[in-house]
Amino acid sequence: MDNKLIVSLSPHIHTADTTARTMWHVVIALIPAFIMAVVTFGLPALWVTLISLATCLLTEWFINRFMLHRPFTLSNGSAFITGLLLAFNLPSILPWWMVIIGGIVAIGIGKMSFGGLGCNIWNPALVGRVFLLLSFPAAMTTWPVDVPSAFSAADASADAWSGATMLHQLKWAGHTVDVSEVNFLDMTIGHMNGSLGEVGGIAILIGLAYLLMMRIVTWHIPVSMLASAALFSWLFGGNPLLDIFAGGMLLGAAFMATDYVTSPMTHKGQLIYGAMIGLITMIIRRFGAYPEGVSFAILLMNSFTPLINIYCRPAVFGARERKAMERRAAQ
Amino acid sequence: MKTFHKGGIHPNPDKLTADIPTMPVAAPSVCRLMLSQAIGAPAKPLVKPGDSVTAGQMVAEAGGFVSAPVHTPVSGTVKKIESIRNPQGMWQDAIIIETATDAQPDIQPEKQSQCHTIEEVTPKEIIDIVGRAGIVGLGGATFPTRVKLSVPAGKKAEVIVINGAECEPYLTCDDRLMQEHPDAIVNGTLLIMKATDCPRAIIGIEENKPLAIEAMRHAVRDIPSITVEVLVKKYPQGSEKQLIEATTGRVVPAGGLPIDAGAIVDNVATAAAIADAVLFNLPLTSRIVTVTGPTLKKPGNFLVPLGTPINTLIELAGGLPEDTGKVIGGGPMMGRAMCDLDAPTTKGLSGVLILPRDMSMRAQAGPCIRCARCVSVCPMGLEPYLLMTLGELGRWEEAKARGAANCLECGCCSYTCPASRPLLDYIRLDKMEIRKL
Repeated sequence: MDNKLIVSLSPHIHTADTTARTMWHVVIALIPAFIMAVVTFGLPALWVTLISLATCLLTEWFINRFMLHRPFTLSNGSAFITGLLLAFNLPSILPWWMVIIGGIVAIGIGKMSFGGLGCNIWNPALVGRVFLLLSFPAAMTTWPVDVPSAFSAADASADAWSGATMLHQLKWAGHTVDVSEVNFLDMTIGHMNGSLGEVGGIAILIGLAYLLMMRIVTWHIPVSMLASAALFSWLFGGNPLLDIFAGGMLLGAAFMATDYVTSPMTHKGQLIYGAMIGLITMIIRRFGAYPEGVSFAILLMNSFTPLINIYCRPAVFGARERKAMERRAAQ
Repeated sequence: MKTFHKGGIHPNPDKLTADIPTMPVAAPSVCRLMLSQAIGAPAKPLVKPGDSVTAGQMVAEAGGFVSAPVHTPVSGTVKKIESIRNPQGMWQDAIIIETATDAQPDIQPEKQSQCHTIEEVTPKEIIDIVGRAGIVGLGGATFPTRVKLSVPAGKKAEVIVINGAECEPYLTCDDRLMQEHPDAIVNGTLLIMKATDCPRAIIGIEENKPLAIEAMRHAVRDIPSITVEVLVKKYPQGSEKQLIEATTGRVVPAGGLPIDAGAIVDNVATAAAIADAVLFNLPLTSRIVTVTGPTLKKPGNFLVPLGTPINTLIELAGGLPEDTGKVIGGGPMMGRAMCDLDAPTTKGLSGVLILPRDMSMRAQAGPCIRCARCVSVCPMGLEPYLLMTLGELGRWEEAKARGAANCLECGCCSYTCPASRPLLDYIRLDKMEIRKL
């Protein structure tokens, strides 16, 4: 054998965890919600997802290959997640070319323009979604008419509301819709209208449980976000359970707000970040012009993440004891 | 079960040699004693080429306050004093002794007559003997124990913590010592307590060493001032500050020493060496070394005379495997990779770990995905991702302000980083540059 030994600084062993492993676990966690989307919306959901995935992957590959001249990065799964999450935030009947625009904006502007994985300030999928929402407000709020609303079918007004999400109904009908008529069972298993990935509450929670179990995410962001949303929903006179299961609240709490790159680094910071997302979402839902506010709330708090990181430092081991010692010495 | 609270990781322990009894190694035919075997100034030679020496004789005296003398484990003739390469390939002075063919075999505590008893020896005598016996921290830090036992004026030792955590994967030298010589450790602990006028001691052992826990509990059964504390298996529990928190709940002030929290920490092997020195007049001339590795034929624990070539130890463990990639002095988390296996055993060598080639290369580093795992595993409450970036940018003042100097180089951050970023390498650079500020 050659007697050349490899030398490097310690540590000499490394966890089996890799960036790619982490990302593919997130993809696995998204599968239940994807199945619910296809069950609820049928084949159109599948097409939107495939187009979004293909656009995101191709955009990242193209920019890496021809513009940044960087090595192949698609195997780390990050662009795959963005593609899935973007699709999950779109209506199933969105024209295919809008999905493509969304994918290009999400990866091209939302991620690669900042320098690629780890460098972006905002959640790329949400950048794509909000771009579409502002550019094509009508198409982005047009839902399939054949999908039932979670409001009771016995409700006389049900027909009038076909093709609308529950949050639209609440927003525009105001207090004339009786929340007690909401069928919560339907809500949790996806019998309601909305974006692809947000309708299957139980499926999303299964995905979140998987992420927590595999230690991909910690409880801090999802719990603080949902708890604060429930609290403010109640304070603003709403129904906390409805606000959690309606719209993108669960999807946001489980998969969007927990995005590593754009969320704070310490648990304390994560609690503040999650709680603020819950609050801002509820303010937009109750008082804003939009029926839904999770995307804006997350993007807004993404912007605050660097600031939160500055003010929420971990405490250095023994710092308090050092201060106490110095105080004693000064006396 | 107790443990420290901030950060920490759970690497696979891989204690391949926990059940293998310690095997004494015969004195080498040529013994090469490094003059620099402790933190601080190198020792100053007391012998010259041509002198004949006997086993246990001091051949180099302490070169300063923070320094420790060196004793020869063999009888023979001093050949020369010259620069040789240490395991890291750096040139350092050493005394080369040719072992006499008719020399007595290695010295054993049982063969020495007892010269002191714990009852009659005075604190000052203990500290003097520990200093003269060349005892240093045998956990790997090699800080001269005499200095540690000299409690500074105005401070008080309230608890002695004996470190049997051995949280580094692979290493089992302390585990074996606790199983085989618990009484020496207890006697050493009593002597440390006497030297520092300290009323109680805690021996901290991680839960994955049941035989050592049993042996130590048995050894202290009649000694109410010493307790054995079983600790959760978590790295870096054997780090001084973490062990103090785990066993006593006390927190050492940032930038401070254990004595600032009223504690003194010594390794189990150091305690045993103190007992040998004070009770049997035996200087530190040998230590237990774990020679291990996943592809090694006969991994084991060896009682090694100082100055024995590391190559000899590897031969005893079945020879260097074909697929060897890296040889590490110490454990895999904090040990140092070696490039020269002819280098001699020194007081700080707790293990020789041989990793196959496929475990020796670092993975390609990827971009930071800000997963915050480095922050949550750092036992010192630092932000490794940030310290690395500051290091890359050369912003040392900021790295200092963010507490980089508190880093204990345990390696949890680099270990846990999913992007395999060299976090600790850059934090070391920060620390080096901060010292120059």
